Amino acid sequence: MPENQGTHLIRGARPLGDDPVDLLFENGRITAIGPDLPAPDGAEVVDATGLIALPGLVDLHTHLREPGREDAETVASGSRAAAMGGYTAVHAMANTDPVADTAGVVEQVWRLGQEAGYCDVRPVGAVTVGLAGERLSEIGAMADSAARVRVFSDDGVCVSDALLMRRALEYVKAFDGVIAQHAQEPRLTEGAQMNEGRVSDRLGLPGWPAVAEEAIIARDCLLAQHVGSRLHVCHVSTKGSVDIIRWAKERGCDVTAEVTPHHLILTDDLAESYDPVYKVNPPLRTAEDVQALREGLADGTIDIVATDHAPHPVEAKETEWSTAAMGMIGLETALGVVHRTMVETGLLTWAQVAERMSAAPARIGRVGGHGRELAVGEPANIVLYDPAAPVEVDAAAMAGKSGNTPFRGMSLPGRIIATFLRGVPTVLEGKIK
Amino acid sequence: MRHLLSAGDLDRDEATLILDTAGELAQVGDRSVKKLPTLRGRTVVNLFYEDSTRTRTSFELAAKRLSADVINFSAKGSSVSKGESLKDTALTLQAMGADGVVIRHGASGAPHRLANWVDGSVLNAGDGTHEHPTQALLDAFTMRERLGRLEGLRVAVVGDILHSRVARSNVLLLTTLGAHVTLVAPPTLLPVSVHTWPCEVSYDLDEVLPESDVVMMLRVQAERMHDSFFPSVREYSRNYGLDGERLSRMPEEAIVMHPGPMVRGMEISAEVADSPRCTVTEQVANGVSLRMAVLYLLLGGS
Ligand SMILES: [Zn+2]
Repeated sequence: MPENQGTHLIRGARPLGDDPVDLLFENGRITAIGPDLPAPDGAEVVDATGLIALPGLVDLHTHLREPGREDAETVASGSRAAAMGGYTAVHAMANTDPVADTAGVVEQVWRLGQEAGYCDVRPVGAVTVGLAGERLSEIGAMADSAARVRVFSDDGVCVSDALLMRRALEYVKAFDGVIAQHAQEPRLTEGAQMNEGRVSDRLGLPGWPAVAEEAIIARDCLLAQHVGSRLHVCHVSTKGSVDIIRWAKERGCDVTAEVTPHHLILTDDLAESYDPVYKVNPPLRTAEDVQALREGLADGTIDIVATDHAPHPVEAKETEWSTAAMGMIGLETALGVVHRTMVETGLLTWAQVAERMSAAPARIGRVGGHGRELAVGEPANIVLYDPAAPVEVDAAAMAGKSGNTPFRGMSLPGRIIATFLRGVPTVLEGKIK
Repeated sequence: MRHLLSAGDLDRDEATLILDTAGELAQVGDRSVKKLPTLRGRTVVNLFYEDSTRTRTSFELAAKRLSADVINFSAKGSSVSKGESLKDTALTLQAMGADGVVIRHGASGAPHRLANWVDGSVLNAGDGTHEHPTQALLDAFTMRERLGRLEGLRVAVVGDILHSRVARSNVLLLTTLGAHVTLVAPPTLLPVSVHTWPCEVSYDLDEVLPESDVVMMLRVQAERMHDSFFPSVREYSRNYGLDGERLSRMPEEAIVMHPGPMVRGMEISAEVADSPRCTVTEQVANGVSLRMAVLYLLLGGS
């Protein structure tokens, strides 16, 4: 656990990619920004020449696996991975064992995050008891708990019962919560293994059709508007979903949406190897979908990038495709992938990256103290990123416990050099503190 | 050629070489001493995760006729059924020094995975709903024997295309060899992207039969009815079953094929199954020669 280390002077960083300035962190806050700041006595000086400074990233969708699957990840290991990826806050999904459907479990996860100290861990509460989709869990108790839960999700499974979804959307209005839906019509995806289309048909793998996602999103947008609630759509993966969300926003629905880094760059033809490192839910889609997702993220239809970091032990992936677990890790590669797919392509500026990976997810999750401007008086939650340091992704070198990255061997354009959580470095010189 | 995982891996020359080699090896089957010393000292493992006595026996016979040592490693009663992973099984086979592994598995792509973990050749003997390349090869061999050519041949494949590894391999191989394939099924039993496949598609068997030199009937599991792929066995059979009446509307030379096991009364009537135009038993006999050819070419008998 990193200890409080007082004062840091960051020399020559480029806030949101702008002209270089110095930033001074004292007592957890930004206390000065400007050219050639004098170094106070005892200040540690960090040379950030050429580095881009962004507000600490906020992930709305992380699987930390604790309690229950500590062999895959723990709150501590996952938050170290988060820090290495430039994150200062993550939302821990509820599909643990036991499920995070009571105040007791969410407080345990929250406390483990505090103890680890690498980033703020905000537990997500389950919408329904045991993720069973039958009755509401004690949502209010989780909201009132020390964990102050504001995001509720049965992620991993869809709240498919329309009436239950309506009730959940209504119920969380009382404390400004949001339902994050894993949109997957269950009957249309029974036994589904990959995107339904040319590749699945050729490979003989049962298909997961785009319509199974789109139908639920359309229904939920209409429901959210009808009852005047906030809806968040997890891991949007298809062109049709982008179109539906764009339409819903135009007609005034309070919907937000996320896309994962892997859906911004990978396509379903990777399944041709039958290597389950490419097996994920929702599945990798087509190049046309990838293009639509990038455009949706660029024009604001999709509000944020969320990792859906899903660690699995080796044996869960070193198997036949159909028996392998679904999911990919993503915390440590997210910013590099967004750089490659959105910044290098000219679709987003660094300021817009900060909006989509920090400010907007913090707003949706109602996370105080994160996703703020880089301004004097604000908490010093900051990531320093070297945009000109290509790195080959090494699955064995991940800070998290699992190595199931689909980007292994791929070159990403930059690397995280430092992450500060309230002025304290959790990562410095590219290494975990 | 190191492995045979998909019929799509074969180009026209390679496929033709396999068929020609099978033709030569078939003559061995006619001799009184049926064995060749070609694969002496080589070890072939039959790794069968699904019960298929027919296919396993065919491979076993083929390997033995080439004098290979054959180990049958069936999932039942072995460490496999006790939860051993495919990878651990692969490492065991590797340690045993298997030169070739013939794998039948319920999961699509299992042979591809296995090929990452063993040095020997992997031969796909049917994986899930993906492919069954030696079945397609023996089907092509049978057609060529009966009708004298493959180029320009009109082949109708009828039945549960969606779940059929035989159909997938046949579409790929027959197209490579110059035949024209038409898939015939109710729309529910066709893949959604079938229009992108290199073949024709029809929902109407009666329209296709008079234009076909070969009709290949696929088994349809009656249980598909419970998933609403079709309303009833009776309705399926009425629209897509092959009976004597339908057979009479095919060209005189046309043949009826079936990869077996047949469900008489469902996709094929007893009358048609027993007719001399039905090649089911020839397909079985040709299967041994064809598999000999594949083993010979893969394991590089000297
Ligand atoms: Zn999900």
